[in-house]
Amino acid sequence: MSSTNVGGAVESSGKVASHLHPVGSFDVGDHPVPTGREEIWRFTPLKRLRQLHGDAAFEPSKTECSWTAPAGVTIEAVNGEQARALRGISGFVPNDRTSARVIAEVPSTLLVDVPAGIELSEPIVVTLNGTDSGITEAAHIALRFGAHSRAMVILVHEGASSMAQVVEVSVGDGANTSVLSIQDWAREAVHLSYQEALVGRDARYRHVAVSFGGDVVRMNANVRYAGPGGEAELLGLYFVDAGQHIEHRLFIDHNAPHTKSNAIYKGGLQGQGAHSVWVGDVLIRKVAEGIETFETNRNLVLTDGCRADSVPNLEIETGEIVGAGHASATGRFDDEQLFYLQSRGVTSDEARRLVVHGFFADIIKKIKVPDIEARLLAAVESELAQTVGSNPSSGVLT
Amino acid sequence: MATLEVKNLHVSVDVEDGKKEILRGVDLTVKSGETHAIMGPNGSGKSTLAYSIAGHPKYTVTDGTVLLDGVDVLGMTVDERARAGLFLAMQYPVEVPGVSVSNFLRTAKTALDGEAPKLRTWIRDVNDAMDKVAMDRDFATRNVNEGFSGGEKKRHEIVQLELLNPKFAILDETDSGLDIDALRVVSEGVNRFRSQGDRAVLLITHYTRILRYIQPDYVHVFVGGRIAEEGGSELAERLEAEGYDKYVRVDA
Ligand SMILES: Nc1ncnc2c1ncn2[C@@H]1O[C@H](COP(=O)(O)OP(=O)(O)OP(=O)(O)O)[C@@H](O)[C@H]1O
Ligand SMILES: [Mg+2]
Repeated sequence: MSSTNVGGAVESSGKVASHLHPVGSFDVGDHPVPTGREEIWRFTPLKRLRQLHGDAAFEPSKTECSWTAPAGVTIEAVNGEQARALRGISGFVPNDRTSARVIAEVPSTLLVDVPAGIELSEPIVVTLNGTDSGITEAAHIALRFGAHSRAMVILVHEGASSMAQVVEVSVGDGANTSVLSIQDWAREAVHLSYQEALVGRDARYRHVAVSFGGDVVRMNANVRYAGPGGEAELLGLYFVDAGQHIEHRLFIDHNAPHTKSNAIYKGGLQGQGAHSVWVGDVLIRKVAEGIETFETNRNLVLTDGCRADSVPNLEIETGEIVGAGHASATGRFDDEQLFYLQSRGVTSDEARRLVVHGFFADIIKKIKVPDIEARLLAAVESELAQTVGSNPSSGVLT
Repeated sequence: MATLEVKNLHVSVDVEDGKKEILRGVDLTVKSGETHAIMGPNGSGKSTLAYSIAGHPKYTVTDGTVLLDGVDVLGMTVDERARAGLFLAMQYPVEVPGVSVSNFLRTAKTALDGEAPKLRTWIRDVNDAMDKVAMDRDFATRNVNEGFSGGEKKRHEIVQLELLNPKFAILDETDSGLDIDALRVVSEGVNRFRSQGDRAVLLITHYTRILRYIQPDYVHVFVGGRIAEEGGSELAERLEAEGYDKYVRVDA
């Protein structure tokens, strides 16, 4: 395990103890309450989780759920036997107590059902608006995309809640599926999210995580393949402010031949105690011949006092692959870029703004949803207004 | 009529064990309407002079003054200097990922003018400026200097000179790395700028070939962090024939 100090931010990389072969279990009793010393929990501030990692009661939800469903798509909350039947449709098997409890204890499931063959031009938008961060609650969401369907689901999280959540995604053979999860929480929210996808044969799956708000956001974005030829693209954009902890943990399990994956996560950090964690676990199993994978994480540190942990972790069990690689970098503003812009008359604030927009530009372009693009640009802009603009002397690097 | 006065300028850079002095008392006065060439061996401090006038944070001025029409330039931020009329075409223009040339140019123009340029005329102006230096218009959508060839970067600097139209242009080896055709279009760009009459040019170069296109009024020989000799354009020809040997020896 190596650690480099880049401009006050710590970037860690290198070999970590393998944690990619856990034996999952639906039995809550098989999962002890984590202590924080476990490899998968060591970055997370457990004290701030309101016991969601332990045995906080899942209280009746105070989160308002609304959606827009294009014709042909069914969205409904189901209970009982019907809900139980949807547990595990992504092949999800809990690896920790929180997710095991969500699967075992949450009485209902929100099901988004996209029939086979349907092609949607409009996204399906599901909004979860938390109204009370004082209660601890849990949610199970199942997104089922039929074979050869083409659809996008945007899952918006806003307001405040203390929420443990499992989102299971089943991508049918040949489907083209996008899932965007936007964490635009109020400052006090706590969110533990497990977003697991099973990608069908020759299907394409795009998962986008956008995390701005909340006190602690910890998201697992996992991908496995139900057959050969599947492609997954995992994109992420986050902006971490003073005191916030935003953690994204990817696990791409290349368990089928000729599958592809590409992950790009970019984050900005500003303010005392801003902490981002990115863990990119990729497992290339023995059967996974002819696969291709690449993962990238870049962090731009805007002020002192931030910490960016970045841990790419590739485990390769077969040499018969097309390619596998990772890149990770954490840096500060580039003085030469700022100088160049300023030498053209652009004020230092405006120069910083340009550089930050530039930093995120490629990922925002890749997300490719016009409405979302505008929303993201506005979010980046309002984040920037906190350090850049109003008071350039307040801890901003010069 | 505007004047840039550099007086007794001493500049250092931070090195591991303290400071290293690079400029050791530069005196130079450039008036609008004039073109000055600065020639000198590698490492003599020419770029340091250019960067110091523009305000690059890497360089520390330890003594001396830089005045623009009597106003202290060294007290200004980098962008204030630009807004006061200074422009530096860099020897190694910087890549700015994710920022398009068109956005960059518009932002700079807006910053300099204090208001956004009128969209329709602006697009035409940008296209014209690119056409004049034979830069494909597609460059407008590319990221600033990213993946540009050496010569394309230099032409992009001249596009900026044309569009931003400063009072004082410092051109740091803008001619290096240009092929014959590019050298001609770049020189024409500089001459168009000069032909406005009340503009000043400080041209840093290693080669007399550009001075055949852009006739300097004065030539300064820069050695060891200061000006070793001054003369008219004939001095450039002599340098080409004789090199810097005699100055370097005197300096040592
Ligand atoms: N950070 C630094 N540490 C040590 N020396 C430095 C540093 N920065 C610049 N220098 C030195 O300052 C001197 C002047 O450099 P400068 O770039 O101004 O030269 P120049 O005259 O423009 O050369 P060229 O013709 O090659 O462009 C060089 O010897 C260079 O190595
Ligand atoms: Mg130089």
